[in-house]
Amino acid sequence: MYKINLLKTLTFLFFAITISVGATNNTDQTSSAEQESPVKNLKIEIKEYINHHLLDSYDFTFFSYTNDAGEHKYVSAPLPVILIDNGLKIFSSSKFHHGESVAEVDGDYYVVYHNKIYKTDALGTIESDEAHHATNEKPMDFSITKNVVFIIFVGLFMLLIFSRMANSYKNNPMPKGIGRLFEPLILFIRNDIAIPNIGEKHYRKYMSYLLTVFFFIWIINLLGLTPLGVNVTNNIAVTLALALVTYFITTFSGNKNYWKHVFWMPDVPWPMKIILAPIELLGTFIKPFSLMIRLYANITAGHIVMMSIIGLMFVFKNWIGSSLSFGLALALALLELLVAALQAYIFTMLSALYFGSAVEEHDHH
Amino acid sequence: MEIPTIVGAGLIVIGAGLGIGRIGGSAMDAIARQPEASGKIQTAMLIAAALIEGIGFAALFAA
Amino acid sequence: MDKLIEQFSLGLFFWQLILFVALVLLLKKFAWKPILNAVNDREEGILKALDEAENARKEMQNLTADNERILKEARVERDAMLKEAREMKDSMITEAKSEAHAQATKVIDQAKATIESEKHAAITEIKNQVAELSLEIAEKVMRNELSDKNKQIKLVEDMLKEVKL
Repeated sequence: MYKINLLKTLTFLFFAITISVGATNNTDQTSSAEQESPVKNLKIEIKEYINHHLLDSYDFTFFSYTNDAGEHKYVSAPLPVILIDNGLKIFSSSKFHHGESVAEVDGDYYVVYHNKIYKTDALGTIESDEAHHATNEKPMDFSITKNVVFIIFVGLFMLLIFSRMANSYKNNPMPKGIGRLFEPLILFIRNDIAIPNIGEKHYRKYMSYLLTVFFFIWIINLLGLTPLGVNVTNNIAVTLALALVTYFITTFSGNKNYWKHVFWMPDVPWPMKIILAPIELLGTFIKPFSLMIRLYANITAGHIVMMSIIGLMFVFKNWIGSSLSFGLALALALLELLVAALQAYIFTMLSALYFGSAVEEHDHH
Repeated sequence: MEIPTIVGAGLIVIGAGLGIGRIGGSAMDAIARQPEASGKIQTAMLIAAALIEGIGFAALFAA
Repeated sequence: MDKLIEQFSLGLFFWQLILFVALVLLLKKFAWKPILNAVNDREEGILKALDEAENARKEMQNLTADNERILKEARVERDAMLKEAREMKDSMITEAKSEAHAQATKVIDQAKATIESEKHAAITEIKNQVAELSLEIAEKVMRNELSDKNKQIKLVEDMLKEVKL
């Protein structure tokens, strides 16, 4: 039964991806067809589009197009911008007009430059140094950006799904509906990730975190593959937050044995102990750092490659090249489906491994 | 003579690819030899691959 | 690396951290705990049911073994009883036989004794009668003989003849 359900879901996701590829295709076609630009410009446009797609944004843009009059039109929903700059300042991102104009709030002027908000004057001047980094003052930015919206959305979605699943157990010991899909996954995380890596004795404490992080990364990675264009996990800030939580849990649950292995490795001669201590200490930081980089880089690389290949469809202006790159994009989309789950699995698995090493009992090799 | 960083990045990718390929291949051999231990082998393989990948990425971003 | 640091958004980091920790805590309370408890309960239930089934099977086995044992015992008892009965029967028969034999011997002995005594009596009587008869006859003969003188002499002579000296 589970297998069939899983198959159904996979089939559904497959179609979702196919449609997403098609949808991206359509929006691009309108802009490229109407601009009639040479290949060089098209390439630049694709590159910009990809770069733009990878970044967070202050409004929720569904798609943009250039109308007959040559104006760039956006179909989007504005989101709140929250700044801390001489007090809390909250205003709608529609004031920026998609980064095209200066927003004036309570006598201060702000502008979006390279996807960051800078304080500026009424004209929106950006001063920059030799390396083209803006030197304007940067206010503390706690805006509800597109990615934050999606984090909230995924959080609510997970709460809804899993609390309903929890409720369904009240009357019936067997899972119902969506629970039939998720229960094997929950059991997989418990039996194949938590128990073997952390141990029968301590694993219960970490289950909530492991389950949440697995489903959070997985769902948000899958959402990144939809035409909505969300890329939450390809922001280093998001993966840093996730990795930091793992780091703190590992550090705070580390027992005597763990710290002994870090600072004074047992069963090695004392000169080695002195050499090993800084390495091991560094290792405790490198572990979450590699978690952060891995998730970020995998998802980013996947998106860049996939979008580049989709972009190739418009660069090749013949049916062989375009259909070839379409096939390649489709195959990559399927691979990305796997990567979405695999990265969630690896993140959870390595977190569990680190927790396991932190709570490992004193057993001598 | 200055070597462009992209060459270094390429070398890193080649190295990491070879490493992960070897891990995958050895894991396959091990699973073929001992199918009953496939779970443990997979776990070890993924960890090793993840570590190499981590180094690869770290070097790539440094490049 | 520079690009990464440049891209880093404090706001997003802040929101992700807050929201994620909140999500972990909320899900822990409303989802993971009930789900894991339910799953654990179910698994324990299954284990218990399996255990119970195993126990029941063992009990069943014990019961069958018990039954068999009881049956065996009953059979042994029956056999013993039968044997005893047979022995009793045999002993009774032998006893009866010996008694009967003894009785018979006794009766026969008695009968023999009676017969002997009767015979004895009969013989004695016969003897007596024979003696009486002989006496009578002898008397009659004597009387007859001794009625006439000649005859008396003849008798005496005959007797004398018989006596050989």
